[in-house]
Amino acid sequence: MSSSPSTPREALILGGNRIPFARAHGPYAAVSAQDMLTATLEGLIARFGLQGERLGAVGGGAVLKHPRNFNLVRESVLGTALDPTTPAYDVQMACATGMEAIGSVADKIRLGRIDSGVGCGADSISDAPIVVTDELQAVLMKASRAKTAASRLAALSTLRPGHLLPQAPGVDEPRTGMSMGEHMAVTAHRMGISREDQDAIALASHRRLAAAYDAGFFDDLITAFRSVTLDTILRPDTTAEKLAGLDPVFGKDLGEEATLTAGNSTALTDGAAAVLLSSQDWAEEHNLPVLASFLDYEQAAVDFVDGAEGLLMAPVQAAERLLRRHDMQLEDFEYVEIHEAFAATVLAHTTGWEERGLGRADPERINVVGSSLAAGHPFAATGPRIVATTAKLLHGQPGARALISVCAAGGQGITAIIEGR
Amino acid sequence: MDTYTQFANSMVGQQLTKTLGLPQPAVLRRYDPDTPLLPGPVVLLGASSASEAVAEHLLQWDLDVRRHVAPNERIAGIVVVLDTVATPGDLGSTVLELGSLLRQLTPSARVVIVFRDPGGSEDPATRAARQGIEGFTRSLAKEMRHGATANGLVLHESLDASAPSVAGALRFVLSGRSAFVSGQVLRVSTVNGALPGDWKRPLEGKVAVVTGAARGIGAAIATVLHRDGAQIIGVDVPAAGESLAEVINSVSGTALQVDITSPEAGQRILQHAEERYGRLDVVVHNAGITRDKLLANMDHHRWDSVLAVNIESQLRINHDLLASELFSRPEKGSGPRIVSLASTSGIAGNRGQTNYAASKAGVIGMVAASAAQLESRHGTINAVAPGFIETEMTAKMPALPREVARRLSSLSQGGQPVDVAETVAFLASDAAGGINGETLRVCGQNLVGA
Repeated sequence: MSSSPSTPREALILGGNRIPFARAHGPYAAVSAQDMLTATLEGLIARFGLQGERLGAVGGGAVLKHPRNFNLVRESVLGTALDPTTPAYDVQMACATGMEAIGSVADKIRLGRIDSGVGCGADSISDAPIVVTDELQAVLMKASRAKTAASRLAALSTLRPGHLLPQAPGVDEPRTGMSMGEHMAVTAHRMGISREDQDAIALASHRRLAAAYDAGFFDDLITAFRSVTLDTILRPDTTAEKLAGLDPVFGKDLGEEATLTAGNSTALTDGAAAVLLSSQDWAEEHNLPVLASFLDYEQAAVDFVDGAEGLLMAPVQAAERLLRRHDMQLEDFEYVEIHEAFAATVLAHTTGWEERGLGRADPERINVVGSSLAAGHPFAATGPRIVATTAKLLHGQPGARALISVCAAGGQGITAIIEGR
Repeated sequence: MDTYTQFANSMVGQQLTKTLGLPQPAVLRRYDPDTPLLPGPVVLLGASSASEAVAEHLLQWDLDVRRHVAPNERIAGIVVVLDTVATPGDLGSTVLELGSLLRQLTPSARVVIVFRDPGGSEDPATRAARQGIEGFTRSLAKEMRHGATANGLVLHESLDASAPSVAGALRFVLSGRSAFVSGQVLRVSTVNGALPGDWKRPLEGKVAVVTGAARGIGAAIATVLHRDGAQIIGVDVPAAGESLAEVINSVSGTALQVDITSPEAGQRILQHAEERYGRLDVVVHNAGITRDKLLANMDHHRWDSVLAVNIESQLRINHDLLASELFSRPEKGSGPRIVSLASTSGIAGNRGQTNYAASKAGVIGMVAASAAQLESRHGTINAVAPGFIETEMTAKMPALPREVARRLSSLSQGGQPVDVAETVAFLASDAAGGINGETLRVCGQNLVGA
């Protein structure tokens, strides 16, 4: 190991892969998160010639996860051409799951614990686990604990038809009972974020993503899956007029002042994405060009329950700590990638940053090849999508930096800095 | 194996096809690195110094080489060396001796006729004799039974028969690699090339690009080149990425998603090879599309897209390859290889395929015209023209034309993607260094394109 413990070595981003993202209940309706993650890893392995390779670790996860997928990432790895002795672990941090997976793999590389790794994520709304009622669960558990046939029957006899109704997984915040959209609507209203500004961000996202596709930007970032070759949520031909014509879907109790529509909010999405990271030595040994360096990342959480802070505002704090640590301002970044949970999220974050004296992010540098509004947002896959995209943007610009910001449920968020090579 | 071939090889089928005079397609002997080159003795006919050189080649491969065999003894191969014929009258005694041995051939046996290039002689009688051998070989191929083939090996006028590529070509034609090659002549023109250290790994250490590698013939080429020792860069359009990844992971290669019609495709390929492998030895232009329509109904899109993918992309990529240092580094006398996929449609024409035939005949022209450029860097460029091959593409043909197309060949069956791949692998090898600018058909001597 060339680096001493006191000066961590660099964790480098070599590239990434994802499958095209698809609207939930669409082309991937019959596909599991594990299938998608396996295919994503297979594409990554093929792109970088990793067949038979034992990587240091594959970290990843899914937000909506069936209990049978307790080893989602490990099971996916076993389905690939990687050496089966490659360890894997699952992480979960809501929509920041993929970012935390990448960050933790990067940390292991920086510490010299591993030389190579993959950070990844997958989510399927279409394959979301259906949960049984608490009553049915209680009865079944009681029956399974019963020692005699008679007591088992007695337990089961307490079942009522209503107990058998399936329960869809909840995406509402458990502590407020409000959906994420409702939370965002409150924050947007409070901050005075206009409908027009939100729609403009949505329009730019679609236009930029479509242009990047046309330019072949994604040729080495995406591998087609199940005959899908293009993100299905992308609407290259959408217009300001079309977006302006949509009715609000969140914050309806705000009446005329509701601004969040299906056009400026991300759609429920199926998909998977992965990023390959390594040390400098490993990259050289494998003749793999380095795109960027994963410099640092920061988690934050806000106390949104009492309503003082917006649910999705944690990246404001995370960025503040991260930028102060590196003595940087937003103007120092070549690119700023903000996960578009909602168009309003982008505006809320940039406003929050500005208020805290972190400088101003030029809109022309934000999400330059589109983001989640156009690509879609399969929760855990969004981080790897953004990191791979940003690393490619920075490649060939040594020293140029990008700030990545991803908000998450539970009032959490992650920001990261990566630097071009 | 198609359903009819399966049936014809069943116990009932063998009887019935014989009684009714139906085609009797054999199960062809295909290449397996771990089985002997030939499953029996090989008879060498014709006396000359070239014949002695051929005998040397054969003996080096531990073959049971005979000048004579007992009546009723089974023979796996016959090599006839006719390089010294000066007049058509010289042919009779040797070819009739060959004829007397044909009934002793094993299934999938090989007959190879070695002779000099007709174009190398200005003497009318000599040229007539040599040209006569070509016609003789093509006719003999049609008389072969039970999967046996007959092919010609044409030596340049002044070429010493001990040249490496004479050995390479001879071995290719004798081996199971040439299972679906029959009635063809293979021209060896130079002493370039080298024999491999290990015949099981003739592409050891090479880096090969295969375009259109995601499926069908391209996937077979990637698999065979890898089996022969090459590291594979599989190229296909991003839309084919999922199958490309699957193929590439099965051959431990790297996938490069790029549309070969884009202007930067050549540079992308070179950059990938340089970064990942630091070398590039073989480029196989396999990617191709069909957009069939009668010319009267042809539109610009159908015409242009076929020409763009099947020939214009190859011209552009070759231009970039030949301008690069990476692709011009000769090692041990063996330079770069380009192998391009033509088609028998480009030779014989095919109704509804004016665009496809134009592009594929174009490949034949390109290969011939580029030979000198490649030779100047000790390399070669050749084309392989598949006939009817059992692929997803031909599976979509209407049943009757498909069945007819299969049985029109001398081997009474369609070829397999691996048959095309084996020929590509041979032309990509150092042992084929003396073969340049040629188009070799892998068609089972199909009547179409004859």
